[in-house]
Amino acid sequence: MQEAGETKAGGLKAVLTDQLRNIAPVFTLMVLVIFFSAASPSFFTADNFMNILSQVSITAIIAVGLTFVILTAEIDLSVAAIANAVGITLAYFTLQPEYVNIANLPLNGVIAIVLTLATAVVFGLVTAFGVTWIGIPSFIMTLAMMQIANGVSALLVRGQIAYNYPDLITTLGTESVFGIRWTIIVAVLFLAAGHFVLKYTRYGRYIYMTGGNREAAEYSGVNVKFIIGSVLVIGAVCSGVAGMLAVAYFGSAQQNQFDTYLLDAIAAVVVGGTSLFGGRGGIGNTIVGLLVLGVLNNGLDHIQIDSFLKILIRGLILLSALIINVYAQRLREKG
Amino acid sequence: MSAQAQGGGDVPPLLELSAVSKSFGGVAAIKDVDFRLFEGEIHGLIGENGAGKSTSMKVIAGVHSDYDGVMRVGGRQVRFRNARDALDAGIGMVHQELSTVPDLSVAENVFLGQQPLTRFGTVDWRRINREARRLIASLGLDIDPTTTMGALPVGIQQLVELSRVLFSGARIIILDEPTSALSPPEVKRLFDVLRKIRADGRGIVFISHFLDDVLEISDSVTVFRNGRTVASGPATGLSKDEMISSMIGRGSIGMHMGESAELASDDSKPVVMEAEAIGDGKMLRDVSLKLRAGEITGVYGFMGCGQIEFARAAFGKIPLQQGRILVDGEEISFRSTADAKSRGIAFVPENRSMMLFRSEPIYKNVSIAILERIHRLLLKPDAERSITKTHIDDLQIKTQGADMELGSLSGGNQQKVALAKWLTHLPKVLILSEPTRGMDVGAKEDVIRIIKKLRDQGVAILVLSSEPETILTLADRVTVLRKGVVAKEFSSGVLHKADLLSAA
Repeated sequence: MQEAGETKAGGLKAVLTDQLRNIAPVFTLMVLVIFFSAASPSFFTADNFMNILSQVSITAIIAVGLTFVILTAEIDLSVAAIANAVGITLAYFTLQPEYVNIANLPLNGVIAIVLTLATAVVFGLVTAFGVTWIGIPSFIMTLAMMQIANGVSALLVRGQIAYNYPDLITTLGTESVFGIRWTIIVAVLFLAAGHFVLKYTRYGRYIYMTGGNREAAEYSGVNVKFIIGSVLVIGAVCSGVAGMLAVAYFGSAQQNQFDTYLLDAIAAVVVGGTSLFGGRGGIGNTIVGLLVLGVLNNGLDHIQIDSFLKILIRGLILLSALIINVYAQRLREKG
Repeated sequence: MSAQAQGGGDVPPLLELSAVSKSFGGVAAIKDVDFRLFEGEIHGLIGENGAGKSTSMKVIAGVHSDYDGVMRVGGRQVRFRNARDALDAGIGMVHQELSTVPDLSVAENVFLGQQPLTRFGTVDWRRINREARRLIASLGLDIDPTTTMGALPVGIQQLVELSRVLFSGARIIILDEPTSALSPPEVKRLFDVLRKIRADGRGIVFISHFLDDVLEISDSVTVFRNGRTVASGPATGLSKDEMISSMIGRGSIGMHMGESAELASDDSKPVVMEAEAIGDGKMLRDVSLKLRAGEITGVYGFMGCGQIEFARAAFGKIPLQQGRILVDGEEISFRSTADAKSRGIAFVPENRSMMLFRSEPIYKNVSIAILERIHRLLLKPDAERSITKTHIDDLQIKTQGADMELGSLSGGNQQKVALAKWLTHLPKVLILSEPTRGMDVGAKEDVIRIIKKLRDQGVAILVLSSEPETILTLADRVTVLRKGVVAKEFSSGVLHKADLLSAA
């Protein structure tokens, strides 16, 4: 009773403590937008805004799956490698021009897409098996999966480049409807679906509770292994979809073309304020995180700045987000 | 020997406490404690949990420095400011939870933190191994000092820790529950070692709940009750019954709540869940137990007797290595706690934080175990809140509402929330580990009332506790566990606290 009163009496400070992880990213986003708008006349335009959305759309799809994984206090380092392998798998199942000398098993477009998605599921199941059944920490297990996915990519393309994909994917990856790129629409659909599952379904509640206190979830009769295994599969499927759209978006499928996506996806989730310790945050945070990253990457191109310095700046932004993330957690645990 | 322990006119005691008192926040933990330990003496220390044994030993070991009274070591008055001072004065302690490092070798453990160095400042391995071998052999043990600690049985690890204390030069050695995890042959070996140490003229304080062990090894015995030393004298001629009545207080039998109870078991009630000779491969062996609908089965035993493991095995948290579990006569093998829950089994662990989400609202804590009953796919938070509201009223949980964060509740109210999780739809079996530990009187009575009401509603309840009062207050039948096996079962008649203490 008394303690309850104290929480209330804390007032504004308590709210700020509680909401630090949500407020800080929004504040960062506003500062960046204001800064770049002042620094470059070409930044704050409708065209450029669509540009930014388009630039983050592929990352967004990966980040949806990663949000699920990080909410359970696990991590998936294989998302970009799986996106790459799945994109290349799609090319493998599509008839390539004769001059492209790679492994090729041309199939009907729909079948190719279904089989490719199944590949993503298999990647996810292997990770889930390693983490939940064998008990390998996800950090190490997904590091191995990253290497395995890269190996699959290497074997399939053998240093070559593939160009053809099923029509549906080509459309989604390259075309627009009502002036909005399909990749943005797909990303928004994924974000919306992810938000819905996390906030309004029983499964979503189990994800938050498992991340919040795994032991307590287990003692409450939640099948914790299933929850963790399933988010890893969801992570792989999101990566797979992103990989398929991205090869069409890029116009080619080749080794190592997703290298920056791992860091970007993790950064988007963490910068947005989802707790690395699980149980706090969500898709709303991830959206803000994506926009912070998108504005930063795009804005730095609009101002005259050493392109090598950009890498350093991104690193520093990520570091500050990590500090806030850990600090917010500590404040909560104290309070 | 007892003559020396008692006499001591010319030889000052190795260690002496005179009228030592210590309180925490105005509450006296120990009061006017007198205690004397002589050279070449093994001194047994007995008393119930909370009787003041640990506090007294912490004063001796320098953990508490602000006490009243006088402590003398070898006749000289001392006041230790910290544990280091006590070590320097030759006082060493072996705790119930060993502080050995399992990944290091035996020799490294013996010399932990005080490795001899060579002229070049590197660790002198030859000397470490040689000295460790000598020291261990002097205790009559044959262990290769290069063996990894973790590969040895607990009994041997304990002896290695003991040799570390000896090596550090301790003249006064305090052993806290040294036999609780040991098998009979291991106990015998420990006693052989202790007699060797005694022959060196050192003094040993032997704290234990196992009265037979105390009687066998001690020269003298001191009994603690309610923070005071109520009896002290030679062990010769002392009986276990005398020790127990001195521990719980003569004449008080049956006078207070929880001192004794009339068991009300009823074999005609249907068996809901049954454990047949189950074991976890470590702590628990061959434990069989039947839980009946509408009955509270109590499992009593000292800490570390296996009741924690038993509760977890019955809830599917740890896998069985032997035996089987039957629910409604059907053999079940739980792959997860979710399996156990779907069979109607509910569990509240001894530590609340293990099953509660501190920074989530109360209603999410309550609903997590019953989400699938409230909604098929989509969440209905309003339904969760109204269910929680009902529990808050029924269990008299003191809070401003279902949306309050769980961490804002007091301990007793958190315990009620932990119970509430399982009360919306009555479980078939409710397993409660230490359901009232650390609660204030009011909350304790509430919880006892709730548990009894559930029993009357037909739930089969298993209460596991190391507090005799809890068992006596609640149980209709009692099983006593001792070192992982069933020591005794009580199902009818009047059961006294002394019976429990004597059986465990």
